[in-house]
Amino acid sequence: MFETLRQLLWSNDLIYATLRLATPLLFAALGGLMCERAGVINIGLEGLMLGGALAGYLVALKTGNPWLGLLAAAVAGLLAAALFAVVVITFRANQIVAAVGLNILMLGLTGVALRAAIGLSQGQTPAPTIPIWKIPGLGDLPFVGPVLFAHLPLVYIVFVLVALVAFVFYRTTWGLAVRAVGEHPRAAETVGINVIRVRYLTVLWSGILAGVGGAMLSIGYLNTFQEGMTAGRGFIAFSAIIFGRWTPLGTMLASLLFGFADALQLRIQAFGVNIPYQFLVMLPYVVTLLALFGVGRSKAPAASGVPYVPGEE
Amino acid sequence: MTAFLRAEEITKIFPGVVANDRITIEVESGEIHALLGENGAGKTTLVNILYGLHRPDSGRIVLRGQEVQLRSSRDAIALGIGMVHQHFMLVPPLTVAENIVLGMPSPREPLLDLRPASREISRLSQTYGLEVDPSARVWQLSVGMQQRVEIIKALYRGADLLILDEPTAVLTPQEIGDLFNNLRRLKAEGHAVIFISHKLDEVMEISDRVTVLRDGRLVNTVDTAKTDKASLARMMVGRDVLFRLEKPPVTPGEAVLKVNGLRVMNDRGQTAVGGVSFDICRGEILGVAGVAGNGQRELVEAIAGLRPVVGGEINLGDHMTTYLQPGDLLDLNLAHIPEDRQKVGLVMEFSVSENLVARLFSRLPFARNGFLFLDVIRQNADRLIKEFDIRVPHAEVKARALSGGNQQKVVLARELSREPDLILAAQPTRGLDVGATEFVEHRILDQRSRGAAILYVSTELEEILSLSDRIAVMHRGEIMGVVRPGEVSEEELGLMMAGEKRRS
Repeated sequence: MFETLRQLLWSNDLIYATLRLATPLLFAALGGLMCERAGVINIGLEGLMLGGALAGYLVALKTGNPWLGLLAAAVAGLLAAALFAVVVITFRANQIVAAVGLNILMLGLTGVALRAAIGLSQGQTPAPTIPIWKIPGLGDLPFVGPVLFAHLPLVYIVFVLVALVAFVFYRTTWGLAVRAVGEHPRAAETVGINVIRVRYLTVLWSGILAGVGGAMLSIGYLNTFQEGMTAGRGFIAFSAIIFGRWTPLGTMLASLLFGFADALQLRIQAFGVNIPYQFLVMLPYVVTLLALFGVGRSKAPAASGVPYVPGEE
Repeated sequence: MTAFLRAEEITKIFPGVVANDRITIEVESGEIHALLGENGAGKTTLVNILYGLHRPDSGRIVLRGQEVQLRSSRDAIALGIGMVHQHFMLVPPLTVAENIVLGMPSPREPLLDLRPASREISRLSQTYGLEVDPSARVWQLSVGMQQRVEIIKALYRGADLLILDEPTAVLTPQEIGDLFNNLRRLKAEGHAVIFISHKLDEVMEISDRVTVLRDGRLVNTVDTAKTDKASLARMMVGRDVLFRLEKPPVTPGEAVLKVNGLRVMNDRGQTAVGGVSFDICRGEILGVAGVAGNGQRELVEAIAGLRPVVGGEINLGDHMTTYLQPGDLLDLNLAHIPEDRQKVGLVMEFSVSENLVARLFSRLPFARNGFLFLDVIRQNADRLIKEFDIRVPHAEVKARALSGGNQQKVVLARELSREPDLILAAQPTRGLDVGATEFVEHRILDQRSRGAAILYVSTELEEILSLSDRIAVMHRGEIMGVVRPGEVSEEELGLMMAGEKRRS
């Protein structure tokens, strides 16, 4: 029993899979974090990821180039986020309702678009995928090499991005503006910050990042697209922001935890432990729920979720 | 000499209201110019136009002899106009320095560099006596400190004209003194200051000239030295105002409310009321003075059964009510005029007649077995509308559509018409103009004559002094002392509000 457990947890594969599975979450979560700090709650991450996953697959398939697929995923995320931004920022719709709408829209739209593009034939053609890039030198190190330095390039990028987002938040004037807009938009406006513009930019960024995160699922780890393949990852990413207490570092740690839970359940399944797999598949979601219980009432940006009406008392 | 700023014939129309009707105002450098008027007179609209937050529908603004267009606050800031809003425009989780540089380009753009800003803040602090720690977080600062941050913020942006919208409303008398010293220093350095207020004493003390607005129109601009309180009041209200409240003599009866060692938490779980004891008798008004946020709200809510008590005891008449819920208190004839009439006192989307039975709607005569008797409810409304002079076209108008004064009359009508034994009045005149304030004060005094015990919370010292039979001063959840209005100066009260215990 103890030996099994040791083998289960103490393995290179588990760490490798954790990083691998956390990365798409972290892309989406970083984008979501940016708009939450500017006061826009984005639970549309799920839909944005799904859009990215499909666009990435289709473009990679048609052009034969996975990098163009990735670019298309970013653009698709951007466009879907632009729609969301118009609805919630310009027209000041309820952000939760609009995001739920976006998620449903993207679920339907990706299904239709998939059929329109490649017909009803089942057994999809595999698309070319983003290759793994082993970092020269580091990738050859014993133990850590294959675990940490033989991933998709996006895995390295996302961790650089965490540092970058943190730097932008706390060390640039733009980051200060974003934080102010999320806490007290009226105060920001009175010192000449364009609240609407800041919110648009952060929401558009969240679209790009979530789109890339989605593409990792379709043309990073698989070579195909399935309807609803994000399977709640956008929501988990959203939870990672809250569990991470609205900080870049915290969001990263939370994403890693959720990635770990996913990796662990896959590994237990592979081990052939006598638990129905349906329970194991639940694990990441259960961990997410438990994590959110633990957060309690923590401090969301004060203005998050509140539409902003410029120049009104 | 041309004026530093001249706004000519400014008109601003909001849907249904002419907020500013051809108002002209001139401000000189080195002048403190008071803008006086009742609520809704158009003061805030006017200064928001001067700060670029609203565009006037007509009229022009001339600054340093040149006509300017103010499209946003950014334009106003660039032209040397700064504003300290009534509700501070500071971001609480950010530091003082971050708040001050917010929206300004950094010397190392796009990187944020707070060091030069901190040095400049220290320099400004010294020049104007506005001491503040640049690295402190704003939410940790007292209200007076936050106001300093706002002033420094404006000066940091190079403001030559500083607009202060009701700056004294949130301050203790001592803080007001400090503020006035700061303003005099700014004036001496050649800054122009627009000072909004509806308090005559302050206007007389600090300003060089006064512009009075009423109902969106300019009444007059006068030299402060050549006018007096009474004539300013007449300009402001449009009729003569009695400053002294006639208080009929009442002999207090037996104690109605006895509070002993009461301890209550605030919403964040910190102690808000830390062991408070007092009695209130029939026919007596106990005024609770203090700067807002020193536990007054929590005290009232605990007695009204709206907030759990963590220690001590509350006795109402012969009943121990410490742990009772608001519903249990219905039978005990307690009236509560809450601090926030729009959120707590009224249901804004309900009609006046519904709001008038909001407390007792489930009982006879208004209902039985879960069915409402609509005709009784309507008759009740018609009667109270007449009795309390509530100005509404009919009883089915939504509370939202009423003016602040009329909203408060609805609350008073509901709470006072039951002839309560105890009245908890939490800032009942807050935000009301002179006329409505008089109405509320007279009704409260009527209740006192009738024999009610009244707990009267207010942050306005004058009001407390004129209404109360005894005054309890609260500071950080404790009572600093209980005094009689004739036996204490405003100065002494101010010191107690700032935390000095009364020696006696």
